[in-house]
Formats: sequence, structure tokens, C-alpha cells
Amino acid sequence: MAEKTKEFLESYWKENLTYIVILLSIWFIVSYLFGIILADQLDNIKVFGFPLGFWFANQGSEIIFVILIAVYVKLMNNLDVKYDVDEK
Amino acid sequence: MDILTWTWIIVGLSFTLYIGIAIWSRAKSTGEFYVAAKQVHPVLNGMATGADWMSAASFISMAGLISFLGRDGAMYLMGWTGGYVLLAMLLAPYLRKYGKYTVPMFVGERYYSQSARVVAVVCAIFVSFVYVAGQMRGVGVVFSRFLEVDINLGVLIGMAIVFIYAVLGGMKGITYTQVAQYCVLIVAYLIPAIFISIMLTNVPIPQIGFGASLSEAGAKLLNTDAGYLLDKLNQVHRDLGFPEYTGRGAKSVIDVFFITLVLMVGTAGLPHIIIRFFTTPTIRGARASAGWALLFIAILYTTAPAVASFARLNMIQTLHNTSYADAPSWFKNWEKTGLVAWKDKNGDGKIQYAKGDAFKGKVEFAKDSTGKPARGEFGERIVKTPLNDKSKNELYVDNDIIVLANPEIAKLPAWVVALVAAGGLAAALSTAAGLLLVISSAISHDLIKNVIAPRISEKQELIWARVAAALAIMCAGYLGINPPGFVAQVVAFAFGLAASSFFPIIIMGIFWKKTTKEGAIAGMLAGIILTAAYIIYFKFVNPSANVAANWWFGISPEGIGGIGMIVNIVITYVVSKMTKEPPEEVQKMVANLRYPRESN
Repeated sequence: MAEKTKEFLESYWKENLTYIVILLSIWFIVSYLFGIILADQLDNIKVFGFPLGFWFANQGSEIIFVILIAVYVKLMNNLDVKYDVDEK
Repeated sequence: MDILTWTWIIVGLSFTLYIGIAIWSRAKSTGEFYVAAKQVHPVLNGMATGADWMSAASFISMAGLISFLGRDGAMYLMGWTGGYVLLAMLLAPYLRKYGKYTVPMFVGERYYSQSARVVAVVCAIFVSFVYVAGQMRGVGVVFSRFLEVDINLGVLIGMAIVFIYAVLGGMKGITYTQVAQYCVLIVAYLIPAIFISIMLTNVPIPQIGFGASLSEAGAKLLNTDAGYLLDKLNQVHRDLGFPEYTGRGAKSVIDVFFITLVLMVGTAGLPHIIIRFFTTPTIRGARASAGWALLFIAILYTTAPAVASFARLNMIQTLHNTSYADAPSWFKNWEKTGLVAWKDKNGDGKIQYAKGDAFKGKVEFAKDSTGKPARGEFGERIVKTPLNDKSKNELYVDNDIIVLANPEIAKLPAWVVALVAAGGLAAALSTAAGLLLVISSAISHDLIKNVIAPRISEKQELIWARVAAALAIMCAGYLGINPPGFVAQVVAFAFGLAASSFFPIIIMGIFWKKTTKEGAIAGMLAGIILTAAYIIYFKFVNPSANVAANWWFGISPEGIGGIGMIVNIVITYVVSKMTKEPPEEVQKMVANLRYPRESN
């Protein structure tokens, strides 16, 4: 492919935005929803000694945040190659 | 060997290492001084960012804070980690693509305005100074607690060390020293946590241990029967009249929500964190390095709540209804430093712990005629501070004790206590150095090279950068020795101010090409004025009105930056719609930020 069209590059950006929206929704759900808003209800569920809402606030959110970034890094590295905008 | 000797040896060794790294990594150009010549491997940059981020407060005070707050304390854990997700997806790769040295420089070019850049410089310097004063104080406090030297002398020693490696090495020296400091601080944090977890639950991973059952030995140690550790903790809390440890605390849901939001967004808007992503060789590397940074930070931040639970249960079970003579040795050791205190209110000779403060105001100890600490009938130190008669509580415990007393609670050898001291110093020094670099580059690059004397050569600029770093260290040291009373309060609000000013206009500048200069300036002013006015009113003008009933929507001054951020976004949008589009070349520059490699 010699010339990248404007539409072609715009669809790279759109795919990136889609990833961001999906991953940030998970980011919001695990911390604000599970760890804060619904924490009282989730606390009725016990996983080992952890009430679930307490676990999401103290451990789960932090662990899932790390996974979210790892997934984003992987997706974007692939996307860069797919659209041939990766750093050579 | 005793604890003091060990501490001098280990702290001395760690300082020698830092200075050795500084000599090895001297900066020879402004590129090396400002962004380590963009040659830092993403994993190492992740470690450096971790050390940069985790301050004396994270290392020494955070677990204690959580220990006393219960589930509400998790807002600090989520708030101070969640911002990295925003950094990785919304900021780091694009700012790395931009490729210049400072945050104000980006703001100035994106908003085609020299005054926007100057405003950004002033904000960056203000936020960094507020922060760095606390770090220098932290160095002094660690020195005085572990090495029995005067706090002010401790600050001076800390200044000298930072001076050597920041002035010599700039970003390059700071980065590699921070890598070493991360290693020191994480080992120092994990060893006591792992041993306490084994002692109480037989599980060597603290993150799992605090959700496990007490082991037989653990139950015996804590004078209780077997069962889940957190269940025991809730039980003990109910018995003493506290709300359950894992349940809802004193704060409302909306307040916790907004404080968490401010901490997350504020993290992503702090210049000393953003600047770290300018140092990686590639854009791929900038993304990856945010992930590594969060991994290294999360290791400590997921251990902290475990430490908090272990220590809380241990503290209550070994002290409550125990006579002073039978109290564990860590209690008497830390009583010497004034971090714990006891006054027998009901005259039964036993320590009672209950809801409320034991004393009214700051705890101070009486001295006898020879100037030595005065002792009461059981051998306890006598407290001068008036008693709080409304509470049956007889025990004063400083937050910091939770981390500091860990090694002794776990009955670890003296060298581990020394390692914790070195860890605390590493945490404070690494954060201070990162902040000082922001101040120095803001002065030498954004003010001198760009505004005052654009004709200076690179060599001269490098000299100015070093002079600025040196001056910044002097000012920070001065603030560390004479801390203004408002610093502690202002640090908490640095996040609110960063959230309501920097963050929205940087993000919108990247994601919306048509954000205009006028929009950004109006939005920033609206956000910061609203946030600052709310905070100043409730904290300084009318502190007695600072209760939930008077707050907007029940949001405390700590969380108001979230509203400020939303206002900023709305106003930036509306004003941008009404004003003339940004120039063609600015829109083109923004479009280019989105692609790691230029299109043909």
C-alpha cells in the first residue's frame, strides 16, 4: 500500500477510540460501581473471607487496572501493525 | 548488633549506591537533563515512575490511614492507582509522540498561546513545591525516628543527597536512582508484610492472607478462636462500638465517589508523573511503561490493605484490656518516640481502646525536672494534653505506627527494622527528586529559554537547569525545616486543582482538534476558581461550616475537584464552539499526535 487514505487513517483512530471506551467502561464498573456504589450489596457475597464489595475496593480494582493496561498495550501494538503506523 | 547500628549501615549503603549511580549517569546535554535522552527502557521507566509516585506518605502513612478508615480507606487505593489507566490510554502515548520536554510546553503549543504556557508553568511550579515540602519533611522525620538525629539535620542530609544526584544527573541520574530506590522500598515493605501474614494465617502472600482463616498459632497469639481474619476484625469492631471494618464507613457514597475521582484524575494531571512518559524511546514504550508503572505500584498498594487489617486486629487484641506491664515491647519502644500514648482514665491499670479520641488535640508529653520524660505509676509516659472526657478511649495511636512497628510485631531481626528506615527514605527522596526536576525544567526551559533569554546556547541552558535545580532544592529544604502550617492541607488539594485545571484541557486538546485557546483558558479558569473557592471557603474562611449538611450534593472539599473538572469540560466545549477554530497547523499537529508514525 503506497498511499494511506484519510478514511483509512480515520478508521485506525476510530478503532482506538472503541478500545478506549470499552476498557474505560470496565475501569468504571469495577471501581466506582462494584467498589463504591454497589459495595454494600456485594458485601453480602463472600469469597473466602472477603466480602465481595470490600475485595473489589481493596484488591480487585487495582489488579484489574493492571490487566486493562496490559490488554490495551497488546491491542494497540497489533492495531499499529495492521494500519502500518507502527514505529520502525 | 543493635537496631541503630544496623540502620546507619543500611542507610549508609543505600546512599552510597545512589551517589554512585549519579556519578555514573551524569547528564551531558539538555536532552539528557530533561528527558534522559529518551533512552529509558519501559520496565525501568515503570520502576522509576513507581518510586517517583510513591511518596513518604504512601510508604509510611497509607496503611495506617486505611487501618483506621476501614472500607472508606480504599478510596486512596483505587484513587492512586486508577489514574494510570487514564494515563496509558488518554495521555502518555500522545504526549510522547509530541516529544518535547515539558507539560507547559505542550499546553503552549497546542493552544497557540504564550500566556497559556506561562499559566501552566506557574501551576506546575506551585503544585510541585507544595508537594516537595512534604517530602523533605518526610526525610527529616525518618531520620529523627530511626537514627535519633534532629529533624532539621535530617532534612539537610536529604537535601545534600538529592543535590548530588539531581544537579549532576538531571532526569538521567534521577531515573536510575529511582530504579534503585524502588527496589529498596518494595523489599522493605514486603518482608514484614509477608512474615506477619505467615505468622497470623500461614499464607505467605499478604494479598490472600488477609482474606484467609487465622492459623492455630495466629489465633493463639491474638487470644481468639479460629475463623476468617476479617470476620474476627468485624466482630472486634462491633464489640468495641465501631462500624464493621469491611462495611460502610463514616463517609457518604457520593463523597467517596468524588474523592476517588479527584485522586484518579489528579494523578493523571500531575506534571512530575506525566513527564516520566517523555523518557521512553518509543510510543509503544510509553504505553507499556504506564502498565509496568502500575504493576510496580500495585504490588505495594495491594499489600497495604493487608498490612492494615493484620495490624489493626493485632493492635486491638494485644493492647485492649491488657495491663501496661504486659503490653508488647513494640508499644513501649514507640511510646519513646511519642507515636503511641496511654492514660489510665478508669484507674484499672489496663489499656482500654474505644471509639473517639483519648485526648483533646495534639498529644504532648510531660518532662521531669531533669528534662527526662516523666513516668506515671505504671511506668507509662505522662501526657500533658487534656483528656477527652466524652470518650472511654485511653489509647492514642499515630497512623504511622502501623508500618513502622510491623517488623517488631513480626519479631523480625534488627536489620529488617533498618531496611524499613532505608525504604522510607528511598520513598521520600525519589519523589522529591522527580518534583525538583519539574521545577528546574519549568524554570530553565519554559521561562528562561523560551521567554526571558531565547538566545542562550544549549550549554548555557544546561547550566541554568542545574542552577534552577540547586535553587529549588534550597527552597524545598527551607520549606521542610520551616513547614508552613497550611502545607498538609494544601497537598490534599493539589489533586483537586490538578483535576480541575490541567487534566481536562490536555485530554480535550488531544481528542478534540477544535478545542480553541479561548475555550481552554475559560474552562481552566472556571474549573480552578470554583474548586479553589469551595476549598478556601470551607477550610480557611468558615471551617466551622465544613459539615456534610452544608456541602453541595454532599461532596466534601476533598472531592469538589470532580465538579470543577466537569465544569471545566462543559465551559471549554461551549466556548470552543463559539470562538474561531484553531489555526490549520495546530489542527494538523493534533492529528499527527494520533499516529505513532507519520502517514506518507
